[in-house]
Amino acid sequence: MSEQLPAGTVLPAGAAEVLALAGVSVTAGGRLIFSDVSLRVRAGEFVAVLGPNGVGKSTLLKAVLGLQPTSAGTIRVLGGAPGRHNSSIGYLPQRRAFDPATRIRGTDVVRMGWDGDRWGVALPGRWSGRAGREARDRVREAIALVGAESYASRPIGQLSGGEQQRLLIAQALIRHPKLLILDEPLDSLDVTNQASVSALVQSVCRSHQVAVLLVAHDVNPILPYLDQVIYLAHGGAVMGPPEQVITSDTLSMLYGTAVDVLRDRSGRLVVVGQPDSHAEHRP
Amino acid sequence: MTGFSLDLVADVQQLLSYHFMLNALRAGTIVAVLCGAIGYFMVLRRQSFAGHTLAVIGFPGAAGATWLGVGTGLGYYGFCVAGALVIAALPGPGRLTGGLGGDGESSAVVGTVQAFALACGFLFVTLYQGFLSGLTGLLFGSITGVSDGQVLALLAAGAGCLLALAVLGRPLLFSSIDAEVARARGVPVRLVGTAFLVLLGLAAAGASQITGSLLVFALLVTPAAAASQLTARPGPGLLLSVLIAVAVTWLGEGIAFFSPYPIGFWVTTLAFAAFCLALGYRHGRDRWARPRAGHPQPAGSNR
Repeated sequence: MSEQLPAGTVLPAGAAEVLALAGVSVTAGGRLIFSDVSLRVRAGEFVAVLGPNGVGKSTLLKAVLGLQPTSAGTIRVLGGAPGRHNSSIGYLPQRRAFDPATRIRGTDVVRMGWDGDRWGVALPGRWSGRAGREARDRVREAIALVGAESYASRPIGQLSGGEQQRLLIAQALIRHPKLLILDEPLDSLDVTNQASVSALVQSVCRSHQVAVLLVAHDVNPILPYLDQVIYLAHGGAVMGPPEQVITSDTLSMLYGTAVDVLRDRSGRLVVVGQPDSHAEHRP
Repeated sequence: MTGFSLDLVADVQQLLSYHFMLNALRAGTIVAVLCGAIGYFMVLRRQSFAGHTLAVIGFPGAAGATWLGVGTGLGYYGFCVAGALVIAALPGPGRLTGGLGGDGESSAVVGTVQAFALACGFLFVTLYQGFLSGLTGLLFGSITGVSDGQVLALLAAGAGCLLALAVLGRPLLFSSIDAEVARARGVPVRLVGTAFLVLLGLAAAGASQITGSLLVFALLVTPAAAASQLTARPGPGLLLSVLIAVAVTWLGEGIAFFSPYPIGFWVTTLAFAAFCLALGYRHGRDRWARPRAGHPQPAGSNR
């Protein structure tokens, strides 16, 4: 679970292409959100979508999910048009903390990822037969995968942000998706939880060959794990492996302010001076 | 009627020997099961205010129907369903962004609808001269007025609503807790929300005719609120909500039979007592469980 392999080392040469964007632009309300984004993501790759507020990071994810129309370019998701294979995509939207008064267990929230979209009600316990047993097994497996066994049966509103985030990741993983789309999963977490949730995502990505598309404000917690990054800023986009994109020159140009990229003693990249690295109020 | 004695069996036999009491119990049971089940989702979705609005919208509906000389039942159902569609069509911040842990509602907008509906009700009462004697019945209900035909109509409406609720089932729960993920998974969140509000309107209309407009809300919200204090599991929570609703209705009707005070008061008071007990039970259990669980409550988390 905790083995952290260096980025780019375990990818099979011919890993299946999960996601392909070519020259994608999105216009909303007469305003160009971003333009000419091209990206290819293969199974087991960890890709971060980075950039300042309001540049359309979430919009890009919604376009991949088929929830946001594009104005130019093509998107292929798992070999089909966006929205066609959403049952093979695990999705975690942005800014998700449950109200403390929400009286529903973590287990139930995870279970919704399995059969929450099917009409009708699930029969209780022993009347549910093989389907019910499978559902319970998958719920248990997903909860174990994120290490949430000790608190999954408590009401989700009473759990901490990190615990909620792990259960929501379990919900997103329960159908064994080929693509995991996470919108700011580290936002609103403390530093320790940011590190452990990042490591969890990386471990799932590598061991289950799930492609991950993750939006983040602050690149530092996930930087060691990334195979590719895509920076969106002011209508433009820069894409590539982190060593090429995350340089002082590129980031300073994108953000329009001085940003330093340093290497720490172990050779890891650290981004300093990047604006918006902390959660702030958004409309 | 010989009044209350200490022989409970004889009391129940006496109570059941009156046809009007039998009908009141039948109608009360149907209303309780319906309100307990739909109320559970209403509380989960944080749509209590919408539920309250739909409950009181029955009043102008019935008053308007009386003024026009058509059946009050038509007024109740017509206004409640129309109200549900209006609330569903209104823009709500929660519905647009897909809030977590309940859909949320635009309370100011819903409140505006409610105020307007009540004003219309008052106008209809004024337009229909001499209606005022029935006003108390419309608002607070009466135990004696339920006919066989009404019970059958209620049974049909109630069975239909419960069947529809069962079909909505998991997608309704999913979109109540996590609308955005449900939408990404292909659940027609908007449609499910509208269908639920219509069911809520139908349940409110059916129940209004028995308990009166103002006290429907007691059966919709209180048993569900009590049940959600007792358990965080959806299945047992729904069941408990129904059981509590049925229990307080039966007890309330029984007590009202032997007392000079109205049924609505007794049902509401018993439901309130059940809620207080549930709240006390949960606090006691949390306090007792916390030191043992070795899992402290998160302090200063992200909320």
